[in-house]
Amino acid sequence: MHIPKDLVAASATPLVLGILSQQDSYGYAIIKQISELSGGQLEWTDGLLYPLLHRLERVGHIESFWQTPEGGRRRKYYRITDQGRTELAEHHRQWTAVVDALKGIWNMTPARLVEG
Amino acid sequence: MATDSEYDLERQIGEWRTYMQRRQAVGTDAEELEDHLRSTITDLTEGGLQPDEAFLVAVKRMGSVDDVSREFAREHSGRLWKQLVLAGTPEAQAATNRPDLWTMIGCAAGAAIAIKLPALFGVDFDNDGEFYARNISLFAFVPLAAYFAIRRKLSPLYLGIVALLFAAGAIGANVYQLSQNSQSVILTAIHLPLALWLAAGVAYTGGDWRSDRKRMDFIRFTGEWFVYFVLIALGGGVLTGFTVGTFEAIGLNAEDFVQLWLIPCGAVAAVVVAAWLVEAKQSVIENIAPVLTRVFTPLFTAVLLALLAGIGISSTGIDVQRDVLILFDLLLVVVLGLLLYSISARDPLSPPGLFDKLQLALVVSALAIDVLVLIAITGRIAEWGSTPNKVAALGENVVLLTNLAWSAWLLLGFIRRQLPFAALERWQTRYVVVYAAWAWAVVLVFPPLFNFK
Repeated sequence: MHIPKDLVAASATPLVLGILSQQDSYGYAIIKQISELSGGQLEWTDGLLYPLLHRLERVGHIESFWQTPEGGRRRKYYRITDQGRTELAEHHRQWTAVVDALKGIWNMTPARLVEG
Repeated sequence: MATDSEYDLERQIGEWRTYMQRRQAVGTDAEELEDHLRSTITDLTEGGLQPDEAFLVAVKRMGSVDDVSREFAREHSGRLWKQLVLAGTPEAQAATNRPDLWTMIGCAAGAAIAIKLPALFGVDFDNDGEFYARNISLFAFVPLAAYFAIRRKLSPLYLGIVALLFAAGAIGANVYQLSQNSQSVILTAIHLPLALWLAAGVAYTGGDWRSDRKRMDFIRFTGEWFVYFVLIALGGGVLTGFTVGTFEAIGLNAEDFVQLWLIPCGAVAAVVVAAWLVEAKQSVIENIAPVLTRVFTPLFTAVLLALLAGIGISSTGIDVQRDVLILFDLLLVVVLGLLLYSISARDPLSPPGLFDKLQLALVVSALAIDVLVLIAITGRIAEWGSTPNKVAALGENVVLLTNLAWSAWLLLGFIRRQLPFAALERWQTRYVVVYAAWAWAVVLVFPPLFNFK
């Protein structure tokens, strides 16, 4: 199954904020987690995650810091801010509304179309 | 052989990093991307792939360099500003690579010819100065908008919108039968250029005028354009001086040629040439406007603080003359300019520093002085009656005061680390619409409102 670009783009911000609300993380781990969460269905172009992270940082939803594990290379981590949590809650409300509306439609649509 | 392939991998990653760093939009973020690339390679080799295979897959997953750097360019347009042209589709790339010299020459020549066209109908600078005063911004900015429309390949929709805006400007300047010495003529001559400049801005952004980043780019462009235009004007001054002087030495009078041809045609052509220079020379010269801002912010702050102290010490109060409001409007414009152009060059992520505090001091002292002036002046306004000039000056003061007051609040929040710097940036780019609305209101609404006085 191929998920179109628009859908990926629309869900990107809540996914990233949601993952960072669990714990601080870095780009590669975020992409991996998204892939696992979606059972491999949500495929991101890896390089495009970073401009998104930088945008979220610029508007103040997340903050970045560098950390060097012992004997390893330094790595840029991101953590969510209070403003980011507020934004995440807002996204949650919006998506709940969308998902509820979709559920209503799926219930009204004959099963063979949905399964098809 | 493991060391060999490891060495190979390091070399490949090194090459990839150099390639990424060369993309101006990516720049310093290459390290973060490299970490990602290495993580992918490690995972893949643990899964059984050979290092060189893993490298290829990892690079492929990263996405095409063009796509990635385009996304970076969208987010970090400030970094690109020295180069500006976004590497877009191959088509757009070809268009930006092609020398746009001819477009510029065409538009500049068009401007030079257009300004002399009214002469065919017997309108000249000496006797119809007022006609030119009203319309000069049309002569100057229509070719500029045309230049951007061609360069940005403006879609028909936005082409129409920009054309409509300019048509509205032409109507505002010419349809109202304003008497020659009315205040409205002067107000139109001052406000129409601002309105049309922002209309040309719609063409500059290629129709994407709602984007905060594009608006900030236009603000940056405006600053650089102004610097180039002043430089060209200085050069033009030297040229005219020599022309007049040398021809006089051989007994010919060149003054008519200079006044009727060289200066007007040169000035309108310079508008387009300066715009072209800003875009063409971006990668050669550091942005000037932010540098000037750095120099003058401390100086203006010192003068304003001294002025405040002076008001406090001298008990005479502020001498409220009729023109004083215009003087303080100009002061607010300068303060706003200093603020705007340091914002335009600032890395939004760097923490608040001394310069930000200095700026807050500048803005707050300007606000304090302006409020004192407004208090002193309020009583007098009723007494003077509401002429177009007074209303315009007061309205401008309110527009600027609102912007600066909220800017000061946002700047304070930023210095106390409660607000991101982007909030201030966004406030400034969104506020541009207010200037446009006000300028258009003065041009189109004021004359009928004040019975064409």
